[in-house]
Parts: sequence; structure tokens; C-alpha cells
Amino acid sequence: MPYISNTDKEREVMLKEIGVSSFDELIANIPEKFRLKEFLGLEPAMSELEIAKRLFEITSKNLCTNKANSFMGAGVYDHFIPAAVDYIISRAEFLTAYTPYQAEVSQGTLQAIYEYQSMICDLTGMDISNAGMYDGASAAAEAILMAARKTRKYKAIIAGTINPRFKEVIKVYTEGVGIELVYIPAVNGVINPADVKNAMDDKTACVVVQTPNYFGNFEDMFEMDTVIHETKALFIAVVDPISLAVMNAPAEYHTDIVVGEGQALGNKQYYGGPLFGFLATKMDLNRMMPGRIVGETVDTDGKRAYALTLQAREQHIRRDKATSNICSNQALCTLAATVYMSMLGKNGLIEVASQCATKAHYLANEIAKLDGFELAFNHPFFKEFTIKTPKAATEIKARLLEKNILAGVDLSEIGEDNMLLIAVTEKKSKADLDAFVNALMEVNNG
Amino acid sequence: MAETIFEKSRTGRKGAVLPKNDVNVNINDCIPEKYRRKEQVKLPEVSEMDVMRHFIELSHRNHFIEKGFYPLGSCTMKYNPKSHEAFVRNNCLMDLHPYQPEHTVQGALEIMYDLQNDLAEISGMKNVTLQPVAGAHGEFTGLKVMKAYHEAKGNHHKNVIILPDSAHGTNPASVALAGMKVVEIKSDDKGMVDLEALKAAVNENTAGFMLTNPNTLGLFETQIEQIAEVIHSVDGLMYMDGANLNALLGIVRPGNIGFDVMHFNLHKTFSTPHGGGGPGSGAVGVREDLVKFLPYPMISKVEDHFILDSSHKETSIGKVHSFYGNFAVNVRAWIYIKTLSGEGLRAVAENAIINANYIMKKLENTFLVPHNHTYCMHEFVASGDWQKEKCVIELKDKGKCEIKTLDIAKRLLDKGYHAPTIYFPLIVHEAMMIEPTETESKQTLDEFISAMIEINEECIHHPELVINAPMNTPVKRVDDVKAVKDLNVRFKW
Repeated sequence: MPYISNTDKEREVMLKEIGVSSFDELIANIPEKFRLKEFLGLEPAMSELEIAKRLFEITSKNLCTNKANSFMGAGVYDHFIPAAVDYIISRAEFLTAYTPYQAEVSQGTLQAIYEYQSMICDLTGMDISNAGMYDGASAAAEAILMAARKTRKYKAIIAGTINPRFKEVIKVYTEGVGIELVYIPAVNGVINPADVKNAMDDKTACVVVQTPNYFGNFEDMFEMDTVIHETKALFIAVVDPISLAVMNAPAEYHTDIVVGEGQALGNKQYYGGPLFGFLATKMDLNRMMPGRIVGETVDTDGKRAYALTLQAREQHIRRDKATSNICSNQALCTLAATVYMSMLGKNGLIEVASQCATKAHYLANEIAKLDGFELAFNHPFFKEFTIKTPKAATEIKARLLEKNILAGVDLSEIGEDNMLLIAVTEKKSKADLDAFVNALMEVNNG
Repeated sequence: MAETIFEKSRTGRKGAVLPKNDVNVNINDCIPEKYRRKEQVKLPEVSEMDVMRHFIELSHRNHFIEKGFYPLGSCTMKYNPKSHEAFVRNNCLMDLHPYQPEHTVQGALEIMYDLQNDLAEISGMKNVTLQPVAGAHGEFTGLKVMKAYHEAKGNHHKNVIILPDSAHGTNPASVALAGMKVVEIKSDDKGMVDLEALKAAVNENTAGFMLTNPNTLGLFETQIEQIAEVIHSVDGLMYMDGANLNALLGIVRPGNIGFDVMHFNLHKTFSTPHGGGGPGSGAVGVREDLVKFLPYPMISKVEDHFILDSSHKETSIGKVHSFYGNFAVNVRAWIYIKTLSGEGLRAVAENAIINANYIMKKLENTFLVPHNHTYCMHEFVASGDWQKEKCVIELKDKGKCEIKTLDIAKRLLDKGYHAPTIYFPLIVHEAMMIEPTETESKQTLDEFISAMIEINEECIHHPELVINAPMNTPVKRVDDVKAVKDLNVRFKW
């Protein structure tokens, strides 16, 4: 059998040592009627070679973004990933290691997490980051739970302009605990701080605002800070980590908790998973945080060492009083992010962000020149923007796909049939952008 | 001591290089001043070789499966096949965007659909969602489904989940997150669910019972039929924590023994790598009448093509993940099932059970095994109680010290093994939970058994070796208390 070491002979010796004559004696206490008499009804076993062929056939049915001109984003992005990233995360030393409970033989994983936390703190300007969450959406949901725990209030005010996937996950995560969710509707692609102010009351635990928001527009986070911090409610920001190389560190607008989707940092799209969420906050909220946290300490010789810390918050100690049930941290994804940020460094990440923004603006300008197309909003944006299309966006998408262009994400889901959300990363060349513009023009004329 | 990557930084040094920006737009014209970062971001400035040397140096400070044995109970640290890794690094899997039109991702959907079905066959459940990305995430999802079932019937009062005191810590934490209450019942003196205690705890508010089977002592719950009867008699639902599913593959289907909902840990049972703490996958299976509550979308087949099916959105609990779960992890599990099929999966369980019983038998005279009245399944729980009683050492600064399970675990690290899961389950003093998995050979088990016996000898004759362990690891025993007291969670530079 594949991946089973023992031979029939060894099994026989072992059974004898155990003191039974057959395997069935070992499971004699399982009621007879429950024991399967036949093998499970699965398709016949395949060898590695057969699976390779099968996978080749199956995956050939997929159109992958590296063979198309893709402008898809809306939370998951196709950024350049240096080969060094996959080399490190493929190393068995990281790949097949267990959760680092036994610190003395997990220093590699622990130090990498510590460095990840440090980088997230440096990007966001916050004091403390956890080791990672399932995805940006669940990180946002857990941030709301954290705010409720801190303030002992059960109302969350959320910008209507956050990613719809986040809205869905937030609902499922917070309804059990009984948190009331109040969405502030978008006005011309952003939310109005005055509307936030009006919605807030003495039951408000937190306000959640995403910038750049789902449409790509910048929200006025400084004004939000003023409005929110007139009260004791916490300010939760949802951000794109790549944008932080050039945009305000969330600490500049005094957020209490920062979360976001981390996939853009060195992780492949993989049809939306694995992703990872990041969550960073101020030091005085550390005991309210969900998830793993690594701290620096020493060993008995006084040498620098790392260990999981603040574990009294966690499920294996606190059980139903824990700050969260989470006990993994998408560790390999956060390792990819750490290697990615190390490979790019300060200047590299600024360059990535600058290329995303400048190329996105070039494209937006060119599209706006086309007859029938215009920018949907008149707000500053980073790497993603929304256009108004002369025909249904789904139709435009379908026509562009014939030209091998994945045109973006249409906003029909939120009732905007003539809007298309377009993401541009540093991977796009001017030629890719021009090809997109030409294709749009042809589709509109044709 | 390993320097941090930050200490290796030198101003101006570069790793990755991007192509020259070929559009003529100024970044300052894109981001108005108000929105620009005020202080430059701090990230290390290092070369590619610096990065490689750094992370390779870190990698040498880890234990991992290819290096040595993990006798780690409840965690099923089996070998992770290399073909899986090669196969998932395929552009037609890596470079798929979750919003691509369905007809451009038919291959991805086909794999997911097939995996849903295979897991349903293995578990005896009607259908399976692949959306949860971890065991605890699966628990939360399953509990939300249970709540939805009761609420759909108007039974809003059903909000109590009963758990045995041997349950994983995630179980009660997930119940709380799902907005329900926990009632814990004591296990009986054989480590099993105490049927009388269960009956006493059950009432009209009972939403369900969460059980790991085999339980966290590695024992099959022989009264499972009666347990299910008690729970079902009040319209409660039976939830199986699938952490120990490795023991049941091809032997028992949870759906046949009274369970209505369960989660799989694909990173345990189905050999996807743990990654130092994820990404995993916590797929959830349910019986037929609960399928409509599963997260949307499910993957369905319509004629000869596959779709993301949200037709049950109205009844669904909603979404627990932005997209469709940890797709790359699920593909690995799919490959594993295709490789092994029915006969191979049965062999997995048989070999896992034989390996565990073999170690238990060989160690039961050296270490207390409180529940060796019966054969174990894929794991067993030993205790350090005998050593704690017998072995005392006088230390200069601390006075008289007993040898504890923690010390034994740390001494194992010195001998090249990972430690067992310790101090869990909570119902066994000084617990050491040992699970060898089917992929380990008799030779490895024999060496491990010898190491354990040797440690017992050391406890008696050289306790200083045990209490000061580990000494041969990259760092010596780590000060957990200082890690909390002098909290340092980021490098300041």
C-alpha cells in the first residue's frame, strides 16, 4: 500500500506482540453491525503516473490567469511572486512541521512568525499583530467580536462599501453572539462620515471602514477618526497591505484595529484559497485578540528564543471563555508573506505599489477616453477602479473573454449591472493595458 | 542565536527586481498628498542570498516529518506525499481567480465536486462543504448548521450543546462562537461517555452532543448507539469531531453509527501538510435533511458541467470563508483519496491501529496507561504519574522537584522525537497522548519505545538529564513566563 511502511510479516509480528491473532480482535469492541464488510465505494486506486495524467486532463479545462490578460481583483490579486518564496515554503522544514507548541524544536516557525508580526506592525503602524487568520473576511469578523468584548457593546456600524464577501462572513460570525450590524449606504461610491456619526449611539462597539473600498475608492479615514473617536467606539480599518507601502499607515488615522486580506503578499490566487487574514491592534487591546501570537523570550542559557505567548486567551486553556476558537494561523501563507516582504524590501514594496497605482491610473485614463465608457466615481483610487459600461458588464466580460481577457469583476451582484471593477497589478505591461483598451473599444463598436 | 531578518538589513540592498515601469504616470498624481504615507514603511533591505540563508537557517531550527517521528496524539502527523506538492504547483490550479466565469474553471469545480462525493462516501454523510479551512472552523460551521436546523423548526430554545470532559478545547470555544451554551458531562471510569450522566443532562433545550470518536483517549465509544438514541429522543443532533477519523477509515462510517454532522481534518486524516499551523481544511459533512443549511455555494453537477450552486441560499447558514475554502489543500486531499481508494484507506486505519496498540503494549509496564482495559484505536493516552511519584530531584535554586510529563516530553526532543500531545485530555493526570499513524514503520516504533524506556531509566538514575531537558535542541528550555511578562511581539528597529 502506498505510504504504509510495514510489511505483512512485520504486521504479523506486531499483532503477536500485542497478543492477538488477527486485526479484527483489536476492533472487537466496535459493534459488529457497524463494521463495514466491504471496501468503500470509491473509484479504483490510481498510481502517481495515472493521477498525473488525470490531473493534466482535468486542469486543461481551466483557463489560468497566466495564459490570459487578467484584470480580476475584488479581494484576490495576481501580483508577481519571486521564485524564492515558493522555494522556502516548499521546504519540508516549514511545510510538514506541526504547530509550534514545542518551542525548542519549532524556533524556525516561531521566529518566522515573529518576523511576520513585526512586518505587519511596520506596515500598519500598529503595536501588535497576531500570527494570522483564515482570511481577511474572518479577520474582520473577529475584529468586531474583539471590539464587542472590549466595549461590552453589541452594535457594529459597517461601511456599505466594504467587500461583499466580508459582509457575508461577518454576518455568520457575529449573529451567534448577538451583534447588531448596521450598514451605512454608499453615496457616490464612498460613505459619508456624517452618516456614520448619525448612526452611532451609546450601544456602538465599533465602526468598520475599508479603504480603498470595494469600488477602489479612498474613504476619508481622517474624518472617520474624528467622528468615531468622539465616542468610545473602536475604529476598525480594512486595508490592502500592498497599498500601505504608499498610502497612510492606519495608525496615522488612529485606528484601533487593522485587518485585511493578506493573499496579495506573496500568495498565489489558488481559486480563492488558501488566503490569510492579518489583524493588528494597539497594545492595550492585546488580551482581547483572537489567534496565535509569538513573543521573544530566552532559553535557560539566556539565549534569545521565541514562544507562543498570551495563551491564556486561547481555547486550549480558556475553552468556552476563549477570545476565539481559532487555533491555526495559515502559517505557511504568512511565511510566504514574510519571505515576499523580505525579498522586496522597503524599496521593492514601494515600487510594487507605485507600479500598481500608476498603471491603474494610466488604464483608467485611457478607458475614460473611450466613447460610452467613463469612470464610475470621481474619487482617488489605488490599484483598482470602477468603470461604467455602455452595455451590461457581463456582456462586455463575455466578449473580452473571447479575446482571452479576463476583464474584471462585474458589479451586478450589488445591483450595478453597468459597472465593472478593474484591478491592475505591477504584472501588467503597457502593452497589456493597451490591449485591454483596444478590446473594449472594439466590443463597443462591434 | 539566529539574527532576525531586520538585523541583516543594509540600506540600499535589494532582493527582487521588477521590470521598469513603462507607463508615464507620476505616483504623486495618483495618490493625493493627504492619503500618502507620512513616514516611509520599514522593511528589511536584503539580497536574495541573504533571504535564502536566513530562512534556511531558521528551517534548521524546526522539527518536521521528514526529519523525525511525531507521536502526536489527536493530530495525525502522517507522512505528506511529495507528488501532492508537485501536482498542486500547476499553473492551471495556482493561477485561477475565484471570480472567473464557471466555464473557465470546470477543472477546479470537478475536483471539488468529486471530493465532496468521496468524503460523503467515506463518512456516510449525504453531502459535504469544503468551505471551512480548519478543524475549529469546521466545528463552528457544523454547530451553525445544527442551530439553523432547530431554528427552522421554531425550536429557538434549543441552544445547549453537551460535551464530555475529554473534549478538545476548540469544541466549547466553537459552541460559544456559535451562540450556544456548553454543558459538560463527566466521563465514566473507563474514559467513556457516562450514559447516565448524559441522560441526566439531556432535556428539551439540548441542541446536540459533540463527541470525538474514537474519543480523545483513543477508545471507540462502544455505547454510541445508545448515546445517539438519547440525543435523538429530544431531537438533538449528534456532532462528530473528526480529529480521530484516521482510526475509522473503511471500518466504520460515522453516518452509520448515529452521527448527523461531522468535520474532517483533511490536514490530519487525508495527509495534507500542517505547514507549521495551517493552511488546513475542515470540510463538514451532514445528513440529508441538513444539506440545505450548509454554507453556499456547494459544487453541483448539471448534466455534464459543474456549477457553484447557491440555490439553497435562503436556508443556508451563509458563508464562513470568502470563497470556496482552502482549494489548494482540498486538491491534495483529493489526490490522496484517488491514490488509496477503498482498500488503501482501510489499510490506513488498520495499520494506524496496529501501530498504536504495539506501542501501548510495549510501554504499559514502564508508563501508567490508565485505560488499557481494552485495545486502543489509533492512539492511546499514557501518564507520567509513576515517574512523578518515584522520581524526585533536589535542585539548588528550586529545592525538591518532581519529574513531570513536561520533562519527559522535553527529554524526547533531545532524542530526536517530537513530544506527544501532553496534558490532554484533561481527564488523565500528566497525560501523554501518543499517536504513531500508519506511515511509521515497526523499526521507528521500536526505536521510539526504546527511547521512552531509556527516559524512564534516566528519570530514576539521572533525573538531572530529564529535568534540564532539552539540551541538544537549537535552544534549551524556553521561558514561557517571560514571553508573557516581558511581552515582546515585534522587532523594534
